[in-house]
Amino acid sequence: MIHMAETKVNESEKPRIGVFVCSCGSNIGGFVDVPSVADYAKTLPDVVYATQNMYTCAEDGLSNIREAIRKHNLNRVIVASCTPRTHAPLFQATCESAGLNKYLFTFVNIREHCSWVHMKEKDLATKKSKDLIRMGVARARLLKPQEEAKVEVEPVGLVIGGGVSGMTAAASLADMGFPVHLVEREGDLGGFVKILNNLYVTEKSAAETIKPLIEKVTAHKNITLHLNSSVKSVEGFIGNYEVGIAPKGGEEKKYKVGTIVVATGALEFVPEGLYGYNQYPNVVTLTEFEILCRKKTLPKLKSVAFIQCVGSRGQKMSYCSRICCNVAIKNAINIADNYEDMLGVMEKQGTLVDKIPVEKKATEEILERRRRRRGRGTEGEGDAEEVKLGPSEKIEVTVFNRDVMAYGVEHELTYNKAREKRVKFNRYTLDHLPKVFMEDNQLKVTYFHETLKLERTMPVDMVVLSTPLVAQPDAGDLSKMLKVPLGQEGFFLEAHVKLRPVDFATDGIYVAGTCKGPADITEAVTQGAAAASRAATPMAKGYVQAEALSSVVDETKCTGCGTCIEVCPYGALRKNEKGIAEVIVAACKGCGCCGATCPEGAITMTNYTDAQLLAEAKAALQEEV
Amino acid sequence: MAEASQAQWEPKIIGFLCNWCSYAGADLCGVSRYQYPTNVRAVRVMCSTRISPHLVLDILKAGADGVLLGGCHIGDCHYISGNYYTEKRVRLMKRLLEESGVEPERLRLEWVSASEGEKFSKIVTDFTEQVRKLGPSKVKKDEKLRSRVAAADDASETFRLKALVGRELNLVNKGNVYNNKLDPAELDRIIDSATEEEFERSLILELSMSKPRSVKELGEIMEVPTDKVLRHIVALRQKNMIAMEHPEGFTPTYKTIVIGGEQ
Repeated sequence: MIHMAETKVNESEKPRIGVFVCSCGSNIGGFVDVPSVADYAKTLPDVVYATQNMYTCAEDGLSNIREAIRKHNLNRVIVASCTPRTHAPLFQATCESAGLNKYLFTFVNIREHCSWVHMKEKDLATKKSKDLIRMGVARARLLKPQEEAKVEVEPVGLVIGGGVSGMTAAASLADMGFPVHLVEREGDLGGFVKILNNLYVTEKSAAETIKPLIEKVTAHKNITLHLNSSVKSVEGFIGNYEVGIAPKGGEEKKYKVGTIVVATGALEFVPEGLYGYNQYPNVVTLTEFEILCRKKTLPKLKSVAFIQCVGSRGQKMSYCSRICCNVAIKNAINIADNYEDMLGVMEKQGTLVDKIPVEKKATEEILERRRRRRGRGTEGEGDAEEVKLGPSEKIEVTVFNRDVMAYGVEHELTYNKAREKRVKFNRYTLDHLPKVFMEDNQLKVTYFHETLKLERTMPVDMVVLSTPLVAQPDAGDLSKMLKVPLGQEGFFLEAHVKLRPVDFATDGIYVAGTCKGPADITEAVTQGAAAASRAATPMAKGYVQAEALSSVVDETKCTGCGTCIEVCPYGALRKNEKGIAEVIVAACKGCGCCGATCPEGAITMTNYTDAQLLAEAKAALQEEV
Repeated sequence: MAEASQAQWEPKIIGFLCNWCSYAGADLCGVSRYQYPTNVRAVRVMCSTRISPHLVLDILKAGADGVLLGGCHIGDCHYISGNYYTEKRVRLMKRLLEESGVEPERLRLEWVSASEGEKFSKIVTDFTEQVRKLGPSKVKKDEKLRSRVAAADDASETFRLKALVGRELNLVNKGNVYNNKLDPAELDRIIDSATEEEFERSLILELSMSKPRSVKELGEIMEVPTDKVLRHIVALRQKNMIAMEHPEGFTPTYKTIVIGGEQ
């Protein structure tokens, strides 16, 4: 395609509007009288050309637009077809290729908003299509060509969070040759994973698994590590952030970075008051159980019960934590493997387990963790007995679950393997939650057997509660600092759930790992690498072009009251040396909040001015001529 | 004749839909083929926060029978916090409509996400029926009502109301320059009384635009006690927005000062 240089449209030049009405096969043509709509468009003010196409988005439709721009000297183009949300970029590019500034293009939606929702009222749908085009013409007449601002990008990255996703992002960016600042608030790298036992599907220890990544990040010449540090302030916009990083209790130092990756991770939900947690010593969370396994300090056990979805899926949190089924299955296999020879024997004996003394005290490791979490002292806690797992012990493993989410290839195989090892999977429903209690010095679980439709009680030696990953309690502080949103559950919210999973809506800031929702390590790595690649794009290019969709301050009207600065969610306004408001075009996303707020009416939005919006709306009130 | 046109009458409703949620929801509604009445004409804006009271009031002044505003659900705004401001502004718009005598039910704010196609069709169907029950807008025929809507529009553009409503969220959530957080109910009361005052002052200016009026006359037209009208006149004279004409007999009259010869 030959690209023509942009023909400058003089703002005083009279509008010459071309209208292209699309039939979209029968999608529009079947429910709207397209020829009469195109004829009607010709009668509207400043319309010098109007036509209909079978498919305007097909190559002949597009070349029709390019030809008409040249032949009829069009300086405004209107396409009446589907939705701008999908097709505006295509038609804008077509206008540009014919030398017309893309901001002089207007989209009129007569498919999603008309033919498809008024399929039984052809006359009224045709009338509405004419009205919509009249509105589009009213808007197009007032459009102005816009220039996109070029902003330079500092080729330095910042990654917040030294867990798996953060380390992956930092290492990827560093490998691409960009200097990276990696900020981790704890004293060592590895995040949540470093305390775990092994990672499911593999049998290797978690620490061993991530060791090469930690070594790589620590040794990489392009990575500056900021351990025991946190981000204290963020100013600026894509390509030009100034970030304040401070070590614990130390002085804040400013760094200039171009892009930011947020990978602050998540925490395990603490099931206070649920299923005897903190009431009975041998009721632990999944992570606490992992630590016991890793340190080989499990108490003597004959029967272990896992309870899934504790606090998730409607019990406290609404969501599914995604990883716990597979983590529980992994742990079930881990203990079953150690007792493999003995499994099933108990069933043959007809009783579940012999009475064995229950450990009254949680192990020191667990108590220490709980203390740290609650900031309490150590009074009255005794030493725990260390018992090594031995192959001679008998053990029975039961997983109480609502459904087992062993998605994908590997997990389903692991699930089957657990079943082969005689791990029991008992389903429960929200109407019949399992109950954990202590009776005669024995921990017991009462549950409703869904198949037998009977309530059963079984003695257990340990209950492991699978609780969800929850958002960091201070995620809100970072979200405010970065001006990026959190979702309802407190996790960071990406720009688009399907198409932009590691971008924020704010340019220049990206997200990876469990800070945007529960994820396993594979996913954390994928997201870390993806976020790095997204962050590298503007840095490699060296500049970004800001869409000409921003607010404009009329210096003669602004009184410097600062209300716009208060309401802007992006910090895109500031006071200049004259004390009046000034727009940072690269940071402005064009929402229009400042424009609607400005007490002096000094702020307008490019191509969403009051005059344009009112002309468009009022055109709807006119009668069809 | 009147009845015939009544039968022909179809509500004219303008919809302002935000690009990311409600416009996308309307798109999904189309893709899913949920049918709804043809009365709404949608104008796309990037965010519902773009909709200043002036836009809505001006369109109602121009004769629209109803205005539908669509935004993202609270907490889901594509621009983080835009719809919080929309909510506050809609409250102001409804208060001003009450003052003006236009049914506040002609304005509706709805949150429609990009996945709520069916909800969009239900809202349009329901709102069209609501507006149909209210009947055609009386603004075009009723000159008195028109001047009141014009006054509501002017009031919405005053520095005081714009600054109050614009700063409302910060005053409540972050505090003022003295770090005092304001009680939301108290602030609503302040805004309500400011709304009433600014509306009445704008109405005085509107009514005294074409001809000079006496306090008594204004009080009668506005149905506001004369002492209150007089206090407004004093305030407006201090701001140089109204001037006393030569009194006829013992009754002074006032005329709006028009700057720059507009109108």
